[in-house]
Amino acid sequence: MNPGLPLPEAATGRLADVWVYLSATPLLGLTVTLLVYQGAFVLYRRSGFHPLANPVAIAVLGLGLLLWATGTPYATYFEGAQFVHFLLGPATVALAVPLLEQLPRLKRLWLPLLGALVAGTLAATVSAIGIGWLLGASRATLASLAPKSVTTPVAMGIAEQIGGLPSLTAVLVVSTGILGAATARYLFDALRITDPAVRGFALGTAAHGIGTARAFQVSEEMGAFAGLAMGLSALFSAVALPAVAGALLHWL
Amino acid sequence: MIAALATLLVFQLLGEALVRTLGLPVPGPVLGLALLLPLLAWRPAVLAMVRPTAQTLLQHLSLLFVPAGVGVMLHLSRIGEEALAIGVALVLSTWIGLVVAALTLQWLMRLTQAAPPPEDRP
Repeated sequence: MNPGLPLPEAATGRLADVWVYLSATPLLGLTVTLLVYQGAFVLYRRSGFHPLANPVAIAVLGLGLLLWATGTPYATYFEGAQFVHFLLGPATVALAVPLLEQLPRLKRLWLPLLGALVAGTLAATVSAIGIGWLLGASRATLASLAPKSVTTPVAMGIAEQIGGLPSLTAVLVVSTGILGAATARYLFDALRITDPAVRGFALGTAAHGIGTARAFQVSEEMGAFAGLAMGLSALFSAVALPAVAGALLHWL
Repeated sequence: MIAALATLLVFQLLGEALVRTLGLPVPGPVLGLALLLPLLAWRPAVLAMVRPTAQTLLQHLSLLFVPAGVGVMLHLSRIGEEALAIGVALVLSTWIGLVVAALTLQWLMRLTQAAPPPEDRP
C-alpha cells in the first residue's frame, strides 16, 4: 500500500492496517492540509510577514512532497481537502462585508475602478496568450493560461468553455496568485505607487483571492479594494473573457 | 457564528440557484455576494451579525486555495514539457496585469479628481 515509508517488518503489520484505514478516510487529507498550512503560516509570521514567504506556496510545496513521499494519489487527498476547498464559496459571499464598509469611497471612485479593472484584466489575459504563443505553448495550454488572473471557480469554467484544461487552470491560477502576492510590493515600490487603495485594487485584479488574502494581511483598506477587484473581475471575466480569449485563440 | 455561516450559505445557494435557472455566465458565489450587499446595507443588525465570521473567513482566505494548488502534482509532465512558455507567460502577464491595473487606476483617479471642486480632498 505504501512503498514510500521504510518501516521495519515487524511493526508494519498493525501500522499498515491503521494507515490503510486512515488514508481511505477524508480525515487525513483535511487534517494534513490544516497542519501543513498552520506550519507554513508560522514560518510566514516568523519572517515578519515577508511577501516572499507566501504561506500558500510553502503549504503547496510541503503537501506535494508529503503526498509524493507517501505515494498518495491527489484524488484521495482531495476527498479530505475538498472541505477546505468548499469554503471558497462562502468566503466569496463574505466579501460583501468589507465591500460595504468601503462603499462611500467606492461610489466616489467607480469610474477609475472600472477602467482599471477592464484594462488590467484584458492586459493580463492578452499578454498571457501572446507570450505563451510566441514561446510555442500548445493550444490547450494557452486556453488554460488565459483566465489565470481570475478566481479559481470562475477561471476553471472559462478554461472549459475555450478548450483549456480546468485542473491545469486551477494550478496556474494559484501560481499567479502566489507570484502576484509575493512580488507586487517590489513592483509598486519601484513605480512609486503608494496609495493602499490602488495597490489593493491592482492586486485583486491581477492576483485574485491570494492577492486579496495578502492585501488583508497588510491592511483592511487594501483588503477591501482587493476584494472588490476580485469580485468585479470575476463578474467581468465570466462575461467578457470567453469571447475575447476565444477570438484571440481562434485568430492565432 | 452559526447564524452568520448559515446566512453566507443561504446567499451562495440563492446565487447558485439563480445562475442555474437563468443560465447566467457568472459564478453562483459572486451573484450571492451581489445579493447580500443590499441586505447588509439595509439592515445594520445583519451586518453586525455576519461581520465576525466574514472577517475570520477572509483572514484565512489563502488557506482555501491550498487544495487546488496541490493539484500541480497532476500536471507536472505537461508543465515540464512546456516549462519555458508557461513560466515566462505566467510571470510576465501577472506583472503586466498588476502594473496596467495600478497605473490605469492612478491615472484615472488623478483625471477625475482634477475635474470636480477640491472638497473631496482631506
